[in-house]
Amino acid sequence: MKESKGRIVFQCINYTFLFLMMVVCLYPVLYVLAASLSSFEFLSRGKVGIIPMGFTLDAYKRILTYPMLGRSYFNTFFYTIAGTIISMLISALAAYPLSRRPFPGQKFMSKVIVIAMLFSAGIVPTFLVVTKLNMYNTVWSILLPTAVSSFNVILLKNFFQQIPYELEESASLDGCSQTMILFRIILPLSMPGVVTVGLFYAVAQWNSYFPAMLYLRDRALVPIQIILRDIVIQNQTTDLAIDLVKGSDQISESVKYATIMVATLPIMLVYPFIQKYFVKGVMVGSVKG
Amino acid sequence: MRDIGRRRKETVNQSPKGPKLGIKKYMPFYIMFLPVLIYYVVFRYIPLIYSLIISLVKYQPAKGILGSKFVGLEYYLQFIKSTFFVRLIRNTLAINFLQLTLGFVAPIILALLLNEVGRAKFKKMVQTVTYLPNFISSVVVVSMVVTFLSPSTGLINNILQAFGLEKVNFLTEPGYFWMIFTLMTMWQTTGYTAIIYLASLTGINSELYEAARIDGAGRWKQLWYVTLPGISSTIVLMFLMKVGRVLDVGYDTIVLMYNPSIYSTSDVIGTYVYRRGILNGEYSFGSAVGFFQSIIGLALVILANKMAKKYSETSLW
Repeated sequence: MKESKGRIVFQCINYTFLFLMMVVCLYPVLYVLAASLSSFEFLSRGKVGIIPMGFTLDAYKRILTYPMLGRSYFNTFFYTIAGTIISMLISALAAYPLSRRPFPGQKFMSKVIVIAMLFSAGIVPTFLVVTKLNMYNTVWSILLPTAVSSFNVILLKNFFQQIPYELEESASLDGCSQTMILFRIILPLSMPGVVTVGLFYAVAQWNSYFPAMLYLRDRALVPIQIILRDIVIQNQTTDLAIDLVKGSDQISESVKYATIMVATLPIMLVYPFIQKYFVKGVMVGSVKG
Repeated sequence: MRDIGRRRKETVNQSPKGPKLGIKKYMPFYIMFLPVLIYYVVFRYIPLIYSLIISLVKYQPAKGILGSKFVGLEYYLQFIKSTFFVRLIRNTLAINFLQLTLGFVAPIILALLLNEVGRAKFKKMVQTVTYLPNFISSVVVVSMVVTFLSPSTGLINNILQAFGLEKVNFLTEPGYFWMIFTLMTMWQTTGYTAIIYLASLTGINSELYEAARIDGAGRWKQLWYVTLPGISSTIVLMFLMKVGRVLDVGYDTIVLMYNPSIYSTSDVIGTYVYRRGILNGEYSFGSAVGFFQSIIGLALVILANKMAKKYSETSLW
């Protein structure tokens, strides 16, 4: 097909624009990486672009010797893994009945989930309930109050619905219980959906900081995001960040960048592998949700 | 939700027999749903009822709800009459307005532009890269904003200085906050949301474009008469979802970014509830403001949903 002149001009502008969009999205991340590996002289003079200047690993060495950081890092991994398992289990058990042929209680079930999506109670009463349940300053305050997302349950339900009902029926005739059908047939067959929703939960838990800020007083329990907030955003040089950032000002700037990097690195590393699942999940969720 | 209803009718016609709730037959389903039901009751519905009750009494944790004095709508009135009220509503609405305009249109434009890209590889690359910020946590994003805008060593101020301009302390000047926050949110979400529109763009029947071309429609006309109507239901749906959270503007992120010197533009209902309700321990007042916000939010969704039903046949329920 012959392209018109206007079309060619448009395409040039379009490609340039989209290229710029990529730069805007990538640049900050690359800059932080470069800055974390650069020496203070170059950083303070604003010489660093996306290539490290005066390459040094001092900032990372400093972080590694900081026990609080390792502890919080471990905590984040724990919250992410345990939280994802709990969330997935509850969500799958809820999504399965919702995805089956209609039965009398189903309408009530979907109402329970949709209303919670539209109407939220707010932080004060939730805080009070969590405190009343004696979860304040325990790992449960991080794992339970945000365990289920209505959106994710609906997403899982949509994935489950794509499995033909005949399969379930024949399994049922063979004497399979509903629980066995869910775990042996439905879940394995909707692996892309399970992975998508699992990743949604995992990334949310990895990135979460607000519940930790609300409920955790004990420093030994906090996730990495809280440490990051203290060091970079609040510039806290009190008890915990003092040896890390203070001392020599020379290194403090790159330590901030290195901490950002460390808190993001695991997601950056798995991103290329999990990205396609997310795209798929978003598409299924949007088309059928 | 729609297809559940459809299938329900079919089976009701097929097998009208059986007990009303089918307790025995569907017992496994009810048991499976139990954990999620408990979760929603404990962490969503009880707090909701709690919120309403606490906001109506002068709640003191030591005395419990029953021992606390009933004060009616006092805390609601106190909030509405307070000097903060106008400022909080203004900030909340202003940030929302920016997000409902700039933040809402950007992903649609990105999706439309991506849709025009012929090279599949380039298209995929752009998608992958623009989707990336969505994975970066708010704390990290705010950290980056704070370090980039830092008056002493920040990247932006270094650039300003290189051009011989004055350094600006962006995060202590109230005038910049709305825009900084909006741009930051857009950076995080535009690529992600664009995928949803791309999904619905691929769903448009290509014969429609052919027919339009035969009728002599140019690119712009095709966009106007085929593409946009094709994704209009997705647009409406996304809009409704956004309206639902209209008063909830990511206060947890703002809490990280703001400081007393820019409260005048950055304090929103959510941050105010957090400060008064949690940090100051004014549970009743915090609950009242929170409940007020939820009610307005719900009213707006219902209104928007009605409008959507009337004008576009798309709705949340």
